[in-house]
Amino acid sequence: MKLIRIFFRNVANAFKSIVRNFSLSSASLICTTITLLVVAIAIIVAGNINNFTRNLSNSLTMIVFVDSGATAEEIAQVKQGIESIKDVKADEIIYKDKKTLKEETLENAEKGSTIYTIVSTWDDNDNPLEPEFIVSVKTANKMEKTADTITSLNKVKSVKYSEKVLEKMIPLVEIVEKVSICIIVGLIIVIVFLIGNTIKLTIYSRSEEIEIMRLVGTSNNVIRLPFVIEGTILGILGSLVPIAMTIWGYTICYDKLGGIFFAPAIKMVEPMPFTIYASLILVAIGAIVGMLGSYTAVRRYLKV
Amino acid sequence: MKFIEIKHCYKLYRDGVAAISDLSLFIDKGEFVFITGETACGKSTLVKMLYREEKPTKGTVIVGGINVAKVPNSKVYKLRRKLGIVFQDFKLLPKLTVYENVAFGLSNAGVANSIIRQKVRLALERVGLKGKEKSFPKNLSGGEQQRVCIARAIVNEPKLLICDEPTGNLDPKTSKEIVKVINKINKEMKTTVVMVTHDKEIVNSMRKRVVTLSNGVIVDDTQKGSYVADEID
Ligand SMILES: Nc1ncnc2c1ncn2[C@@H]1O[C@H](COP(=O)(O)OP(=O)(O)OP(=O)(O)O)[C@@H](O)[C@H]1O
Ligand SMILES: [Mg+2]
Repeated sequence: MKLIRIFFRNVANAFKSIVRNFSLSSASLICTTITLLVVAIAIIVAGNINNFTRNLSNSLTMIVFVDSGATAEEIAQVKQGIESIKDVKADEIIYKDKKTLKEETLENAEKGSTIYTIVSTWDDNDNPLEPEFIVSVKTANKMEKTADTITSLNKVKSVKYSEKVLEKMIPLVEIVEKVSICIIVGLIIVIVFLIGNTIKLTIYSRSEEIEIMRLVGTSNNVIRLPFVIEGTILGILGSLVPIAMTIWGYTICYDKLGGIFFAPAIKMVEPMPFTIYASLILVAIGAIVGMLGSYTAVRRYLKV
Repeated sequence: MKFIEIKHCYKLYRDGVAAISDLSLFIDKGEFVFITGETACGKSTLVKMLYREEKPTKGTVIVGGINVAKVPNSKVYKLRRKLGIVFQDFKLLPKLTVYENVAFGLSNAGVANSIIRQKVRLALERVGLKGKEKSFPKNLSGGEQQRVCIARAIVNEPKLLICDEPTGNLDPKTSKEIVKVINKINKEMKTTVVMVTHDKEIVNSMRKRVVTLSNGVIVDDTQKGSYVADEID
């Protein structure tokens, strides 16, 4: 009861103080807003990159062609060889024998076309198609090595994988992701200082009040409370525009680009619920950082 | 055990100034004591040690059974709630009304509004400021402002009222009125009063215990005394 009373008396005072020190508060609000906008962009970029790499890793496959004359036993040995490779997802290996491949070809070809006529004449013995394994791998960086290992297996004719470009892209993409996280962390520190400095100035302008508070027996926590509340409010207010920009801006971008970023392979994260999560992160960053900034500022100025 | 026990106290400021040297002083509950002495003799330092604004470099300071020097920074506020302090420069908050100024400490301590209202009304009555609740300090005379300060100091009914030159900014007539108010509080509320002053007329008119300091030591301590600070070299 007592604590609730103190809390509400202070929330009211914090708003009063923000209004009273309007020029100061608005200056730090604008700075916080701009900084959080950049944080918002960084969050969206990081989220999309994360999504992109995850999708990519899920679709890293290679096709292993086996000599068309290989016996069933030799094919089983190839399978075992592939399974024993560490980077291969062993239980996701798909095998397609000559017959299956022939049927697939016929399904895809138009009835009456030249291909259809030729393929349909093949029987099990003169079917020249090579049986194949479709192999999923875990890491893009190791694809080349894995392919080499598989090629060296007995009766394997060749290994094909088309993600060569993507494979090169992934390290780059990971760097971009790390950089955006660094930017977020750096900017958070910037906001701590921004809000901390605003609070320092309000503390300075209210040093007489603090002195009187100490005089009449106000506990340090209660002295600190209005400033911490003020910092938190500033942080939350500073996150409002970035949140609006995140939700509307990203949704508009997503619609304009059709959910695809330049290349069809790069799918954007759907705006819902992604932007809601991003907004929650933004408001949390604003509040926590505002609180932290003011707390440290008050700590330095009060004899506590 | 006396209400206030200052035993062999020293206060050395960081720059090497010895404001108080081996000072011992005992004050009974309900006493009214004047602390006098020439400027910079250590009067303010002495009372600052009572409300734990300064810690003695050496020695003990006990107020109402509490060893003040041992109170950690984070607990000073508990001590302050049991004390009332009045200064020469009022220290009122200009943006708050008389009522809000007096209620300030209670409000920050989370006391319920109904109790605050009772206590503030009583305190304002005691200092003779009934009806001025809604005024702002800048619209009050110096004497009235000092009454607000006294009301704020006594609103919690403290056992000890510390006044550091409360009449320093007031004309002789107003000064007398303020001292009357303080004297009334001492009589009616049985509050112990320690009042720093170098107002000769006031000290001589009151006939209370007078403690005279010089260079951080007590050079005179007389019951029903008079102002002797200017006779000491
Ligand atoms: N915070 C401080 N730091 C350093 N020296 C101080 C401090 N406070 C007081 N002093 C010194 O200690 C001595 C005693 O000061 P104090 O304020 O106690 O004197 P006083 O008797 O109250 O004087 P006055 O009548 O002028 O108010 C002075 O020499 C003063 O300069
Ligand atoms: Mg003084």
